[in-house]
Amino acid sequence: MTTMYTPDHEWINIEDHDAAVVGITHHAQDALGDVVFVDLPEVGKTLKKGEVAGVVESVKAAADLYMPVSGEVVEINTALKDDPSLANSDPLGAGWFFKVKVADMAEFDQLMDPPAYDALLKTL
Amino acid sequence: MPPEAAHRRGKAHRNRRWPNLSGKADSEGHGFIEGGTPGDGHPCPLSKLARMSDTPLLQTPLHALHLELGARMVPFAGYAMPVQYPAGLMAEHRQCRESAALFDVSHMGQLRLEGADAAAALETLVPVDVIGLAAGRQRYAFFTNEAGGLLDDLMIVKPQPADAAAGFGDLFLVVNAGCKAEDIAHLQAHIGGRCRVVPMPERALLALQGPMAVDALARLNPGVADLVFMSGGRFVLDGIDCFVTRSGYTGEDGFEISVPEAQAVQLARALLNEPEVKPAGLGARDTLRLEAGLCLYGHDIDTGTSPIEAGLQWAIQKVRRAGGARAGGYPGAAVIDRHLADGPPRKRVGLLGVERMPVREGTALFTPDGHPAGTVCSGTLGPSVNRCIAMAYVPAALAEPGTELHAEVRGKRVPMHVAPMPFHPHRYKR
Repeated sequence: MTTMYTPDHEWINIEDHDAAVVGITHHAQDALGDVVFVDLPEVGKTLKKGEVAGVVESVKAAADLYMPVSGEVVEINTALKDDPSLANSDPLGAGWFFKVKVADMAEFDQLMDPPAYDALLKTL
Repeated sequence: MPPEAAHRRGKAHRNRRWPNLSGKADSEGHGFIEGGTPGDGHPCPLSKLARMSDTPLLQTPLHALHLELGARMVPFAGYAMPVQYPAGLMAEHRQCRESAALFDVSHMGQLRLEGADAAAALETLVPVDVIGLAAGRQRYAFFTNEAGGLLDDLMIVKPQPADAAAGFGDLFLVVNAGCKAEDIAHLQAHIGGRCRVVPMPERALLALQGPMAVDALARLNPGVADLVFMSGGRFVLDGIDCFVTRSGYTGEDGFEISVPEAQAVQLARALLNEPEVKPAGLGARDTLRLEAGLCLYGHDIDTGTSPIEAGLQWAIQKVRRAGGARAGGYPGAAVIDRHLADGPPRKRVGLLGVERMPVREGTALFTPDGHPAGTVCSGTLGPSVNRCIAMAYVPAALAEPGTELHAEVRGKRVPMHVAPMPFHPHRYKR
């Protein structure tokens, strides 16, 4: 499994351990509606799992972004800052938020795999 | 209140998470549709978004139609209301600015006053010239309290005599959903002895708004095109006896249509069948009214704001001001006259953001040198203005357009400038 999910509707893809990609799920972008602003973490910042890494705002709602795993932020999606609607149109692709150098792979393994996340969505 | 109509189920539920994106406003809810914790402008986890209340909600007569159209329903002022349809808030907002959008605002309170003394009686509760209102004309008003604060804002129509005889009363009122029970009790208690206060829960209310609203509605009855802004009367639409006013809450030309609940779906379908018209939810209604600089009750005005602080002095005609023929005589007149004469201590202003970061209700404002400078009462990213827009109460000395203020968002100070309102020009048919 290279992509895992959090209960806060974020995904993380770990194909590159040194630059795992983090974004929000389809469900999250749908619940938010038209995304108009994102606040992304500073590159170089080290954050613990669960710490607030940024904010995503639609016209009417604002939501925190959490670190899905502990690690160092190594890149942010500047295209998303310029065009936040990418989070709606391509949340799993061009609408990614930031990349993180994973500190502890065990934290990644504890996240939800796709069937577990699908099961969570069915309860909503 | 009379018994609820049969299709309305469950007991009223006061939801504090949702804004009144509704008609003119209501006293519940916050500036966020979903998530967020208004008051400190702080966001919430994504997992808290779209959490539907399990408390029974009232339903408008259009409920099944909303579901059929794919609306996302949210609790609002005790009702399940469509916040947006599949097109989404931005598209619905643009639909209203560019063509025509249909809103269900049936949760708002409709009532009539009957009796020759109704206008004089109502003037004891509002600082507005009701006696001088010509037949067929509509006027914006507000109920005041003894401190000069606002209990609710409302629309008053004086129907033509024939329309009055047909059941719309000597005065036809529309009040906010979240205030309607209190408003009716207030009217009954204070003027119930001088006129009959008759709630009209058997009627739905539709708003058709946008530059092409008149084209769509005139196909159902050409007579509506002769109405001007803030006037109204009875019109037969698709065979249905309706009361139509040329007014709204979007800054655009448009109509509000009172329709018997049994025929509300038929009329809504007839309107949606017109090529100019698409449905829009409460989300778009809120961004539209904010761009138009219109107040939302419970957010931009409340029991603690005087109409002068709120910049609503235009709604108080000379005849009701100090020195006028019918000056005072309503609750809080001394405070309101003092604010009119000396200027209020604080004023509602518009704010334009320098950055695109939305600045929400409850956000604290500061002068550039760090002194507290008031609080934001409504704020969003204005889809047509394409800037961050907000309304705020600031000390009178800081209310001049161009004044720089800093909004504290998540610990950062974000520059904004006091700006004239509306943010997007009104396009009424006068």
